[in-house]
Amino acid sequence: MTTTEPTATDEARRDISGAEIVLKDVVKRYPGQRTPAVDGLSLTIPAGEIVMFVGPSGCGKTTSLKMINRLIEPTSGTITIDGEDVRGKGENELRRHVGYVIQGGSLFPHMTVEKNIAVVPKLLGWDADRVRERVTELLDLVGLDPDAYRGRYPRELSGGQQQRVGVARGLAADPPVILMDEPFGAVDPITRQRLQDELLSIQRELRKTIVCVTHDIDEAIKLGDRILILREGAEVAQYDSPEMILSAPADDFVADFVGAGSSLKALSLARVGEVELRSPTTARIGESTDEVRRRAEANGDRAVIVLDARDRPVGWPWVRQLKGDQIVAPEEDVVDVDQRATLNDALDTMLSSSHGAAIVTGDRNQYLGVVDFATVTEHVRAMEERAGE
Amino acid sequence: MSDLRGDTAVTAGPDAGPVRRARRIDRETAGMLVVPPVLVLLVVAGFVWWRQTADLDATERRQLRWSTVLDQVVQHVQLTVAASVLVVLIAVPLGIMLTRGRLSRFSPLVVGIANIGQSAPSIGLLVLTWIWLNDFGFWSGFRVAVLTLTLYGLLPVLRNTITGLQGVDPALVEAGRGIGMSGPAVLLRVEMPLALPVIMAGVRTSLVLVVGTATLATFINGGGLGSTITSGINLFRFSVMVAGAVLVAALALLVEWLGRVLEVLARPKGL
Repeated sequence: MTTTEPTATDEARRDISGAEIVLKDVVKRYPGQRTPAVDGLSLTIPAGEIVMFVGPSGCGKTTSLKMINRLIEPTSGTITIDGEDVRGKGENELRRHVGYVIQGGSLFPHMTVEKNIAVVPKLLGWDADRVRERVTELLDLVGLDPDAYRGRYPRELSGGQQQRVGVARGLAADPPVILMDEPFGAVDPITRQRLQDELLSIQRELRKTIVCVTHDIDEAIKLGDRILILREGAEVAQYDSPEMILSAPADDFVADFVGAGSSLKALSLARVGEVELRSPTTARIGESTDEVRRRAEANGDRAVIVLDARDRPVGWPWVRQLKGDQIVAPEEDVVDVDQRATLNDALDTMLSSSHGAAIVTGDRNQYLGVVDFATVTEHVRAMEERAGE
Repeated sequence: MSDLRGDTAVTAGPDAGPVRRARRIDRETAGMLVVPPVLVLLVVAGFVWWRQTADLDATERRQLRWSTVLDQVVQHVQLTVAASVLVVLIAVPLGIMLTRGRLSRFSPLVVGIANIGQSAPSIGLLVLTWIWLNDFGFWSGFRVAVLTLTLYGLLPVLRNTITGLQGVDPALVEAGRGIGMSGPAVLLRVEMPLALPVIMAGVRTSLVLVVGTATLATFINGGGLGSTITSGINLFRFSVMVAGAVLVAALALLVEWLGRVLEVLARPKGL
């Protein structure tokens, strides 16, 4: 069923480091309010999956999230992580084993990046060497150069970088469960897309149980293995895979919430890496220009993709722009999409490219191929056919 | 690990953003750090030169004996330091308590009382306390003066401690709690460092208040540079009075400057 993440394969199951979370009849009633904020929520969050909580504001999604790490104490009901009641041990002890990532990162401004990440490991009594090693590892994981960033203060970082450090802090003590409260709400759309891609990549590696609150249904569809749609009082409207929520909304509320253009939204379900990529003519820096021209003509291409020595795309010039005897690195920047990006992201990139297509890259920015409009349209058609069956 | 993009990809694009290195001291602060000590030095040098060269009569010479002046400066500093230390020891913990949970509703009340302490005429407060406590052997003039000065200097530190702590972004406090720091740990490692600049500004204000008001300690036999001023008035020696006033002013400037230095030193890096 799930096309985005291979959750059901044996290989994946073996590597799961997450823990199952079970909520049972959880109620939160604030004094002085007639209706409970959360009214009897029961839910099982499978180990190693990303579950997205979405719903209109005030529906109790954040309250539900915060009850898992006891930032908010439930009025009644039980919550267990890996079979253990969260109220079994002290709240501080519990929270040191449940990662917590907040909008904007909420980094401590008077601590360096390193100290911010090291807070929890230090609380757990790790020795200095181990903490330092862990910080290096985590900065690497979230895509920040450890040597350049560990000594910086949060105000010296951009919003996206702060958010990355926030994710690293949440992962610091290698908790089986990570709670995220609108983690990417405070960054610009392009950075958000990149952070989402990276979260998916990190998750592929770590397989934690991630519970994430968002108000953005597109983000939920992109990131979630499952989506929990809540209405007022944290009543479950639908709890299902993104595919099912898009193709078979439980009722009008869900349909309205998911919104129109569900086939367009379905583009957020497919990753660029899953569609067939085109392989236009490529050229390497230093190659003979004449030779490249000949090759392009033979392939019927009017442009060539220039790769550097490590297979990373550095430019996409038209053939008529090629000058000199040898291919040189073009001045312009190439805009590429990661293979984990959604077709939706790819479409965005294509629209801003004069080639009407987007270069796809894989690990370490290596060139993989090109995705174009025809491929995407074909994919949408195939999806609609499947949905119609 | 292999899934990650190269560093070039990460540092490129709108995400990278220009990096602004935190600067600890701006130009205005730098000026405030340099000018006062120079000024104080000039004033003191001027006083020494005047004292050595001016044609003084016997009374003036007696009143402005070096040992007397030095004693009074030392007493004045003692009054100021003792009162300020007490102020910090009382006001900061009190301020912290008044921002915690249930006690926070008493904060308007306590700030109100501290407000009265400050707005009451200092000389009245001083003399009344003296009359009240004079009968007990323990309360020498110096001690009563320290007590009154403490009451007098409490408000700025108390108010700034409360304001400073309330000014800490609640999201940061929740972040601290959310990742497993205990309440006291969040207070000590997140709230206090972030509130410290505001608290230190209060300490500086309080220091200046105390050093000025300490001049009145002489009325209850508490010593300090006020003695020189009052003897100048009592003996109709204008020069003695002015000399005392100038020295108090110089001391106040110096103390203000010290407060500023403390403020800069206490400011956490990264802000």
